[in-house]
Amino acid sequence: MSEAVPNPEAAAWRRRALLLAPLAVAGLGGAGFYAMLRGLGTGDYDPRGVPSALIGKAPPDFSLPPLEGTGLPGLSAADLKAGKPMLVNFFASWCVPCVIEHPQLMRLARNGVAIMGIAYKDKPADSLGFLKQRGTPYARLGVDQPGRVAIDWGLYGVPETYLIDKSGIVRWRMAGPVTEEILDQQVIPLLRRHA
Amino acid sequence: MIRWLLLLMLAVMPAPGPALAVGDPADQLPNPALEERARVIGRELRCMVCQNQSIEDSDADLARDLRRIVREQVAQGKPDEAVLTFVHERYGDFVLLRPPFKPETALLWATPAIALLAGALLIRGMRRRQAAAAGPPDLTQAERDRLAQLAGRPRE
Repeated sequence: MSEAVPNPEAAAWRRRALLLAPLAVAGLGGAGFYAMLRGLGTGDYDPRGVPSALIGKAPPDFSLPPLEGTGLPGLSAADLKAGKPMLVNFFASWCVPCVIEHPQLMRLARNGVAIMGIAYKDKPADSLGFLKQRGTPYARLGVDQPGRVAIDWGLYGVPETYLIDKSGIVRWRMAGPVTEEILDQQVIPLLRRHA
Repeated sequence: MIRWLLLLMLAVMPAPGPALAVGDPADQLPNPALEERARVIGRELRCMVCQNQSIEDSDADLARDLRRIVREQVAQGKPDEAVLTFVHERYGDFVLLRPPFKPETALLWATPAIALLAGALLIRGMRRRQAAAAGPPDLTQAERDRLAQLAGRPRE
C-alpha cells in the first residue's frame, strides 16, 4: 500500500481534519439543538409527545350518554362532522392539569369555538361539581366512565385535546394541558387553517 | 471495603424468582393456556403511561384496562396477531415494544449495524496507520557498511 511510505502531505491533512472534527461535531450538535428549540417553540417538536394514530383519520365510532344535571346532550361520532372545526376534550375532575387548562377552554368557548367534552373515568357527580365550580366550556358532553371509548381514541392520559376539521378528520392532538401559549401558537392558528 | 459493599449489595438484591403478575388475579383468565397467551401478547405492548414497561409489568390504570381488553379478545378466540393489531391501530407504532420495520423506523433498526461498521472502519484505519508507523525504512547497503565500519567489526 502507498501508506507504507508516510506521505507528509497526507499526514498534515489528517491532522487538520482531526483539529476540525470537534468543531464539526459542535456545529452539528448546535444545529440540531437549534432545530429542536425552534420545534419546541412552534410546537412541531414535543419531546414527551407520542404521535396519535388518529391523525388524518376520522375518529372511531362511539356513542356516549349525557351527564345528568348539565342539560347538555350526550356525544356520539356523528356529532363530530359539523362542517366547521371543533375540539374534543377528554377531562376528569380528579385531573390536576385539567384545572390548569380549563380557563383556556372557557376562553375558546366564549369566542364561539365548539368544544365537545368527554368525562373520562370520573364519577358523574364529581364531573358535575367540577363544571359547576369552574364553568362549562362544552357544547356537548359524553360520559365515558369505563374509559373504553377513550381507548378507541388512543388516549393515554387526561387531559387530551383533539382538533377535528370541518370534514370530520382528526388533525391535531395534544396530550397534556392546553396552556395559553399552546392556545395562541397552535390551537387558534389550526382552527383558522381548518375552518 | 469494595468487596464488603459488593457482598452487601448481593445480599440486599431480591432473588430472581418467577415473574410476578401485576394486578388483580380476578382479571386473569381461568384457562391457564389462554392466560399464558394473553401474557405473551401483553409483553409485546408498551404501557403508554410509564413508557418503559410492558402492560403486563405495569400497575398503571390504563395498562390494567389494556390487559383486560387483551384477555377479553383472547377469550373470544381472536388470534394473537389480531389482538396486537387492535391495540396498534389505536396507539400507533410506539405501543409495540418491537417496532415494525418501515421508512420512519429504518434508522432505529440500522443503528447497531451502522455503529458496528463505523467501529470496524475505525479499527482498520488505526491498524493501518500503526503498521505504517511501525519502524523506519530499512538501512541502505551503504549505511549498513558505514555502521559496520563504525562498530569496528567486520561485516559478516
